[in-house]
Amino acid sequence: MNSVLYDVPGPKAKARNWIYTAVFLVLFALAAWWILSVMADKHQLDADKWTPFVTDGRVWTTYLLPGLGETLKAGAIAMVIALPLGALLGIGRLSDHAWVRGPVGTVVEFFRAIPVLMLMMFGYAFFVKFVPAVASDFRPLYAVVTGLVLYNSAVIAEIVRAGVLSLPRGQTDAAKAIGMRKGQTMVHVLIPQAVTAMLPALVSQLVVILKDTALGGSLLGLTDLLAANRQISANYTNTIASLVVIALIYIAVNFALTSFASWTEGRLRKSKKSTGAVVAVAEVDDLATGANSAGVA
Amino acid sequence: MFDFLESGQYDLLGAFWVTVQLTLYSAVGSLVWGTVLAGMRVSPVPLMRAFGTAYVNLVRNTPLTLLVIGSSLGLSQTLGINLGGGTFKETGFRLAVLALTAYTGTFVCEALRSGINTVPVGQAEAARALGLSFFQVLTLIVLPQAFRAVIAPLANVLIALTKNTTVAAAIGVAEAALLMKEMIENEADALFAVFGIFALGFCLLTLPTGLLLGWVAKRVAVKR
Repeated sequence: MNSVLYDVPGPKAKARNWIYTAVFLVLFALAAWWILSVMADKHQLDADKWTPFVTDGRVWTTYLLPGLGETLKAGAIAMVIALPLGALLGIGRLSDHAWVRGPVGTVVEFFRAIPVLMLMMFGYAFFVKFVPAVASDFRPLYAVVTGLVLYNSAVIAEIVRAGVLSLPRGQTDAAKAIGMRKGQTMVHVLIPQAVTAMLPALVSQLVVILKDTALGGSLLGLTDLLAANRQISANYTNTIASLVVIALIYIAVNFALTSFASWTEGRLRKSKKSTGAVVAVAEVDDLATGANSAGVA
Repeated sequence: MFDFLESGQYDLLGAFWVTVQLTLYSAVGSLVWGTVLAGMRVSPVPLMRAFGTAYVNLVRNTPLTLLVIGSSLGLSQTLGINLGGGTFKETGFRLAVLALTAYTGTFVCEALRSGINTVPVGQAEAARALGLSFFQVLTLIVLPQAFRAVIAPLANVLIALTKNTTVAAAIGVAEAALLMKEMIENEADALFAVFGIFALGFCLLTLPTGLLLGWVAKRVAVKR
């Protein structure tokens, strides 16, 4: 390995690396041993805490899978609604007219600055007060989706903007040269290419959305995957075991999506058919908060 | 419309002060932990690299809410690890800082690592060719360049952290989001006013941070 920090190791460095490995292994083993012994003391490693996840199918069919379904449902609905809204806001922010750009920019900056939990709480109270037609069973889902949509359309707006700006200038120039209007350039030339460029960023924003649905499970009464912990640990008194299993399910789903995002990003960069323009997965966190773009706005 | 503020029933400044405290403690903690993780992820020792990568991938893909709730239900209530906090309030605050640090550390680590990667390998090779030692290469050549590239991403991590502190409401830490929940329930008629106050509070916390650090990042950026 030749990085900016380290040269290819020689005999001395190799010996030193072995010492580091040994020291690290000892520290890691000590930490693991300490955690496991504390857990064993409190009977958290007993077989009856963990076996229900293997032997009792009802844990999965009654709690975990319906919970996961609710999590995915909330995330999917939020994404589907936020996408067109975000696209509109993103294009609005690129407008040549200051009276469009200004207000849209303010809306985007406003919703990016507020914690998504507060937007969900606001959504919940809003439905209680103004839309009583929504049955109280469905209110958590509505509130969570509302909060997610408000926040994520602002983030997606930034992704769309970054996607359009990532395209080479020549695309706009060429469209102008053959006599296209601004709207035509946007609809026929820029947006179709930006959609491809944005794909990795959008997939990784979906991961953020799925993680945020857990807020609904803990604070707004959504019966999602995280909320399944309450019911499972009430039945089997295995809080830690059920939290670990639930965490692993979240990690499996999100890790699959993250890997898919990086894979598409790699493909787009190497692609010979397109301009190679792409909004990187790593940029998403920056677009979501915006110290980078704050000066540009 | 805002008359509920005059009743003195709600400690708005106190709640936002807890938010600020959560942010500051977790920011310092995650900066330290993130630097350690980044050190592991770029180290020449394969085992440390593997641990760093595994930790980042596991924790980044876990919802922060689960970490916060897990620290309360799992660590504190089941295992009895209270981090030296005597009262319920103290323990909750410390557990929240722990969870926020564990989570935000991964983002700090990735920001630092990508900062180090922006420095071209040729810079270090040239420095080694001049006979500089590892420590000199690190402190004179690589870190000064990496640090400049890392300000904007770290500013974004800080802003995200500020917003993420609201998750501590899930374990009853008396910060802004918990007060907002209480106020919305008691002052249902003034929903928009309540929301407006808290939205303004967070705009005041996050927007100046972004503008200031974004400006600094632009000024010190290395032109390549």
